[in-house]
Amino acid sequence: MKPFAALLRKDNQPVRYLVVDDSVFARKNLIKMIEQFGGEVAGEAGDGLTAIAEFNRVKPDIVLMDITMPQMEGIEAVERIVRQHADARIVMVSSVGYQENILAALQKGAKHFVQKPVKPEVLYEILRYVLSDDPNATGAPVALAGEHRS
Amino acid sequence: MRMELIQPFINAADAVFAESLQAPTKIVDLAMEEDAYRRKGVAALIAIKGDIEGRVILDLSPEVAIKVASQLAGAEIPSSEQVVRETVCELANMVIGNSVTLLNDQGFHFKVFPPEIHMNDEGLGGSADTEALVICIETPCGEIYLNIAMHYLHRRRNERNAVPALD
Repeated sequence: MKPFAALLRKDNQPVRYLVVDDSVFARKNLIKMIEQFGGEVAGEAGDGLTAIAEFNRVKPDIVLMDITMPQMEGIEAVERIVRQHADARIVMVSSVGYQENILAALQKGAKHFVQKPVKPEVLYEILRYVLSDDPNATGAPVALAGEHRS
Repeated sequence: MRMELIQPFINAADAVFAESLQAPTKIVDLAMEEDAYRRKGVAALIAIKGDIEGRVILDLSPEVAIKVASQLAGAEIPSSEQVVRETVCELANMVIGNSVTLLNDQGFHFKVFPPEIHMNDEGLGGSADTEALVICIETPCGEIYLNIAMHYLHRRRNERNAVPALD
């Protein structure tokens, strides 16, 4: 497989991710992809409540959030996080990808949606797109390691 | 047997296994069953209730589950009951989630219940009024079985209404 150019923050540091999923394998799978993209895992959570606490603790650049989880589901966690942090970038990651679910997540403030099983190339493009809305960035906002910038 | 209700599960299972395990899969056996299902290994049963009703069982041996877990995690995973349970659950959730997406986009509305894991020696109950399709899918990690029994809710209502009430 062709290696991915690293997705970096504007300050050239690795993008920091919070990975939220009740399945430890789903988390490991996402973490494997994050590493391929040159990112850094700032935190992990297995339910929505822990995700909120972890978000406040680690202040990640991106949250990858499952929908169906115990204690608090992903869509409610998105709503609570975005209420406190309007600029939070949250990408929903779920095997249930029907329109109602996607719309509900986007209405609560999620930036995008990717269906499981996650294809690395699809997630990469979505992350590139979501990171590109950084209001502090100029020009192409996501730095890709090895890419020529003029 | 309504193939239009079964096909989304087969398509989803095929796509999920192929993508998760990064290799093609093949349906190697297909059979109809009406009796209680006899597990081959560890099974996840997921019930569905709404416009369409039924249940799906995903069944694989603990050895296959560990191989799948290692593939999903990208590293060798030591065998344990917890790992097996979680792997079967995760696979079942992905297959059901993808199938539900296809069926929901066709206009069906229903509730999907969380997977029940069966690891003991008891058989799993069959659906009293529905035959099930049992599919064996060959993957690079080993064989995975799907047992699918689905029907339209209105058909069952009509059938029940046709039976005279007993005092």
